[in-house]
Amino acid sequence: MSKSTLVSTRVNGDAVEFACPADETLMNSLRDRVGLTGVKEGCGTGDCGACSVTLDGRLVCSCLVLSVEADGKEVGTVEGLAEGDKLHPLQEKFIDHAALQCGICTPGFLVAADALLKKNANPSEEEIRYALAGNLCRCTGYDKIVRAVQAAAKDIRKAK
Amino acid sequence: MGHSNKYVEKEFEVVGTRFKRPDGIDKVTGKARYGADATAPGALVGRVLRSPHPHAEILKIDVKKAEKLDGVKAIVTCDDLPDQTNGDAGLAAILENCMARGRALYDGHAVAAVAAVDEQTARKALSLIAVKYKKLPHVTDVDEAMDPKAVVIHKNVFTRGVEPKPSKPSNIAARTQMGHGDIEAGFSEADFIVEKSYKTEQTHQGYIEPHACLASVNPDGTGELWVTTQGHFVFRNVCASLLGMDVAKLKVTSSEIGGGFGGKTHVWAEPIALALSRKANRPVKLVMSREEVFRASGPTSSTSIDVKLGAKKNGEITAGQVELRYQGGAFPGTWAMLGCMTAFACYDIKNQQSVGYDVIVNRPKVAAYRAPSAPMAAFAVESTLELLADKIGMSGIDLRLKNVAREGAKAPYGPIYGPIGIEAALKAVKDHPHMKAKLKKNQGRGIACGFWFNIGGQTCTDINIGVDGTVNLTLGTVDVGGSRASMSMIAAEELGIPYEQVKANIADTGSLGHNDMTEGSRGTFSSGMATIFAAREAIGVLKQRAAAMWGIPVEDVAWEKGQAIAVGKTHNNLPPLSLQEIASKSGRTGGPIAGHNEVVADGAGMGFAAHICDVEVDKETGRSSIVRYTVVQDAGKAIHPDYVEGQFQGGATQGIGWALNEEYIYGEDGRLQNPGFLDYRIPVCSDLPFIDTKILEIPNPNHPYGVRGVGETSIVPPLAAVGNAIANATGVRMTHAPMSPPRVLKALDAAS
Repeated sequence: MSKSTLVSTRVNGDAVEFACPADETLMNSLRDRVGLTGVKEGCGTGDCGACSVTLDGRLVCSCLVLSVEADGKEVGTVEGLAEGDKLHPLQEKFIDHAALQCGICTPGFLVAADALLKKNANPSEEEIRYALAGNLCRCTGYDKIVRAVQAAAKDIRKAK
Repeated sequence: MGHSNKYVEKEFEVVGTRFKRPDGIDKVTGKARYGADATAPGALVGRVLRSPHPHAEILKIDVKKAEKLDGVKAIVTCDDLPDQTNGDAGLAAILENCMARGRALYDGHAVAAVAAVDEQTARKALSLIAVKYKKLPHVTDVDEAMDPKAVVIHKNVFTRGVEPKPSKPSNIAARTQMGHGDIEAGFSEADFIVEKSYKTEQTHQGYIEPHACLASVNPDGTGELWVTTQGHFVFRNVCASLLGMDVAKLKVTSSEIGGGFGGKTHVWAEPIALALSRKANRPVKLVMSREEVFRASGPTSSTSIDVKLGAKKNGEITAGQVELRYQGGAFPGTWAMLGCMTAFACYDIKNQQSVGYDVIVNRPKVAAYRAPSAPMAAFAVESTLELLADKIGMSGIDLRLKNVAREGAKAPYGPIYGPIGIEAALKAVKDHPHMKAKLKKNQGRGIACGFWFNIGGQTCTDINIGVDGTVNLTLGTVDVGGSRASMSMIAAEELGIPYEQVKANIADTGSLGHNDMTEGSRGTFSSGMATIFAAREAIGVLKQRAAAMWGIPVEDVAWEKGQAIAVGKTHNNLPPLSLQEIASKSGRTGGPIAGHNEVVADGAGMGFAAHICDVEVDKETGRSSIVRYTVVQDAGKAIHPDYVEGQFQGGATQGIGWALNEEYIYGEDGRLQNPGFLDYRIPVCSDLPFIDTKILEIPNPNHPYGVRGVGETSIVPPLAAVGNAIANATGVRMTHAPMSPPRVLKALDAAS
């Protein structure tokens, strides 16, 4: 066993502490120590975006972040998107628009799309496509994903 | 009770509408549990040691140092998986593919595996295993492997399908020939003849979820396996055979599956995980890395294909001939045979011949990939059709319509077609606004057709009605892309109740009879049929219960809109009994109310599609961008149109990736050079426009609702549609897929 380091973070608003080896990725800590398996591993090399989370609001691939780097920071995952029993508009629209087939990439897309809409409330189709270019989906051809993000953006704008 | 699978036209209430999928919330909130998301008390971490050589004798595997490492609980090699395949060559190949037996046959072939208390320990243990190899000559190219001078990979492979049996072994596992008519006479009738040769590179299904499982085997021979798979019943049978376990004592549960596309129909890591668990007597979780998925799961064939077509001046094709050479990786396959069966399937060609060669090379064992083998054959044939059309002076679409296969035509593999949709698809393409849209500079338009058989097979389904009238639908076909929604809709349709009243579950292997894989576009066809039949059984029971409650003969009870109706003049005053009312009394009228069906679903309707593609080619870089894309396909009956469109769009996108970028690149050393998503580039969101779809509904006569499979056909036309579009944009015919920027640039340079 490698020697462990204590990491103190906030995950989806809650204080979380865990100990892990210094070379462990945030993805593995979130999945195996914090129990947030909505963070998915598709590649482990930052190419697929399935493990997307936010770190102090910035979109990152958690497989490229060491857990010790998250010490003292705020981590956001798909499990933190809904508010109580109310789904986030992106979550609603992904279901309404059949924007998922197998669903393995969905958590990453939702986190990435949420990060986009927080920066840009009214993105063009092209802006959506480039903002989500770091997330791979092999089932849908992205058509219904882009439509779902457009619909969610519209709903969020209306609610404001 | 016998049920008819014949199509009966009817007005649908639920089918054909767009409900929310029942697993949607779990999947958008991160709650859904996939292959790698399971845990078990005391679970160990499994890791696999793989050969770095494409072909090597394994002289010695020394595990002593690794065994002594603190935290290592089990190490397995092929000695822990003794051959119990009893002469079954297919099963023996699966066993040898799971773990090398004296010889590594490809870069990535498993050699040994460890189970340890954590990831770090398991990785360290792998580094302590000393394997002594003797490198052997290798071959990775399909044409080179057929050369008589090539290294023969298996000394016991003599080409099947050749009479007399060859005297020497070779890498050609099988030769297949099929067709009809007289091709020599056909070519002699032709006014125009074109011939062209093509190559396609090896691609991977590219599912985002790597293979993952959690295995637990007890010393008494019982065990459990949680696994991402397209068919847990088949996995159970195969794993039990390889491990020498009793089928009924191995319970396999299919996790949510993060994509398969044919790649999760084969076992790789699962028997290893079971063997590790058996040795350690602890649960073992084994998850492949992305690199392992590329190097050591089952991609599709690379191919080399020759096409010859002859036609009269009026466009009638008088003869078609194709030779297809498909590599199946390091073991015998049947992939070229599928190429032969599909190559000319869209057309009614009186004189045709297809010859296929299944070839063994030092690459991973090929697995099915969405309409396996058809896209490559279609690339060759549909590209050559454009060359023929140019020569005749016809449009490509008119040439296709002139020769299109209709009901009554003979398929290349023998049967006579029933009602099929390729003519309707081509006409829909011809009339589509996309065909009339103006093209800009450096843009071109291409069309292409595609065919896939679709299959049926063994299916088993239960319906159980709760005391409150809600319905559990228990299915055994894995839901790869929304089928729980479609099946719930079918059950609701039959029972006459709201969609929301049905809850569909995928049963583990201990809870339901055998179901074949979700493959061959069979899920909605087969499980849909079994759901209809099971629901009709349940309605029979409901009617009996209503008759008992009323005290009237069951013949006087009908089922309408979710309730029992007393029919006949004498029962006029009886108010209807709802499903809920009957269910609430079931404890006093005979016990639980259920319907069950087991069936070999027969009569899968063939799937046909025609695609339109516009590309823009950057002549400076050779990069081709898809600017517009339209899919037209016959679904027979679209149960849930959203998910039918999704299949069309997803298949087209995989085909576009294959057409433009995706390929396995092997070095001179026989090692895979791009085992990752950075260098094996699948389409990303910014590469694509919206993919337009048009669903045709030409009922399959052999399904109560007219359903045809829809999952696979959509990957067949894109390679040719893209190639034809590039040819129209540039005047240059690409014959080697993927048509990546370097290849297009080279072709443009050569032409200028």
